[in-house]
Amino acid sequence: MKLIFRYRYLLFRRLLQIGLLLLFFGGNAFGWNVLKGNFSSAMLFSTIPLSDPYAVVQIMATGFIVATDALIGAAIILVLYGLVFGRMFCAWVCPMNMISDTAIFINKKLQLNNNLILSRKIRYGILILGIILSFFLATPAFEAISPVSTLHRGIIFGMGGGWAIIAAIFLFDLALLRNGWCGHLCSIGASYALIGKFAFIKIRHDSEKCTDCGRCFEVCPESQVLDIINIRPGIISSSECTNCSRCVEVCDDNALKISLRNPMIRKK
Amino acid sequence: MAGGGGLLWGTAITEIRAEEITLRPPGALDKESFQKACMKCGQCVEACPYDTLLLATFSDNKGIGTPYFEPRAIPCYMCTNYPCTEACPSGALDLKELSGEDHIPSINNAKMGLAVIHRESCIAYWGIQCDACYRACPLMDSAIVLEYETNYQTGKHANIKPVINSDICTGCGICEHVCVVEKSAIHVLPRELAMGEVGNHYIKSWDENDELRINNKTDKPEDKNDDIESAIEYLNDTNDLFAE
Repeated sequence: MKLIFRYRYLLFRRLLQIGLLLLFFGGNAFGWNVLKGNFSSAMLFSTIPLSDPYAVVQIMATGFIVATDALIGAAIILVLYGLVFGRMFCAWVCPMNMISDTAIFINKKLQLNNNLILSRKIRYGILILGIILSFFLATPAFEAISPVSTLHRGIIFGMGGGWAIIAAIFLFDLALLRNGWCGHLCSIGASYALIGKFAFIKIRHDSEKCTDCGRCFEVCPESQVLDIINIRPGIISSSECTNCSRCVEVCDDNALKISLRNPMIRKK
Repeated sequence: MAGGGGLLWGTAITEIRAEEITLRPPGALDKESFQKACMKCGQCVEACPYDTLLLATFSDNKGIGTPYFEPRAIPCYMCTNYPCTEACPSGALDLKELSGEDHIPSINNAKMGLAVIHRESCIAYWGIQCDACYRACPLMDSAIVLEYETNYQTGKHANIKPVINSDICTGCGICEHVCVVEKSAIHVLPRELAMGEVGNHYIKSWDENDELRINNKTDKPEDKNDDIESAIEYLNDTNDLFAE
């Protein structure tokens, strides 16, 4: 029981990730009407469209006027993640998170080196390059190669040769760079980091309780966001934080908790 | 580095584009627009009640994540309520493409491809009685018609030959599905692959509407000045002949 409590958010995230995939899979295989489509574009209860905003932006960059369903879907996602969830798609929904976390887990167990040094800003470059290439190649460029889309589409509709891409990402994360894909290259994650700039759900830190044990830095997939730990109280303001809440679980000092942004108290 | 990455990325995408012979669901936009518009969400595939539509994987060479079908395996059964077209959120499948002049969508206006017959492997052309494709066609006696011809081998029978009407054929592929020979003698091809184009040089003088095309002629003669003299001069110019 204690163990479950210790991993409560991780368990809930896995349940949500697998549950959503299951609902999508059932939508395709058994005709369930809860969620149809995949994470690029979906239909909730056959009435509410949901679309990946970055995919829609890419389609618009090709010069095609997107139909209203996809536009409404993207707007709903924009509002949801932009106002409430922030970058939670990455840690709570995206199936690539499980691949990435598995690679990190094995990497830490085997104490492998991570010799490659990459800037975490590369993903924003890829994000923009994807839009530019969509324009010049007249096809949604990131969608055409996206390992994330390949993974969820593969799980829901059949993988084909897509395993090769997923395996490549897994090995890259495992042997070359911890969190290499999700934390450095993925431009879908970058798009959600931009969208969730002013989102409401945030991790809050209480520096008075903090004993500087450093456990949060150990588990954090985006440890650059933990800039206020043991320095000053407040929210983890960077939108690169995925609200995965691993830090909350591992903190024995109760110095971190899931909280809401307080619009009244803004840091100077 | 960004430029190099972009170049590599672009090359990869051009490499994994769909094969020419990919058949798309009813209501699909033309090839270029479809490639732009498709979200790769697979909702059309899920909407298809016959499991006709497939979602291309990385290794299918049909454009990753895009819907396609292979009629010899499962053809399009032309649902009158076109669930696949209606399911599309992005407009890559568009009801307008199924609408005729009356602006009312109908599956019979679908143009997924065009059936083409290979006569040499069609046993009906041999003179053997077979009208499998003709009878299976959802637009029987319209998209596929039968032509009668004397069978000169026997002298007293008829060859009853299926012939496709390209104005009507929707490319559903039921004919390809039912064809009785080992490898179907009738294939559905994308229309731009299967069809020719006359251009502006030939006009049907016996067809009043076609004759109107003369008025719309846009081709200009190459030499705008009609410089006949220089042409004659060129023809009479013998200098080059004695150059050596």
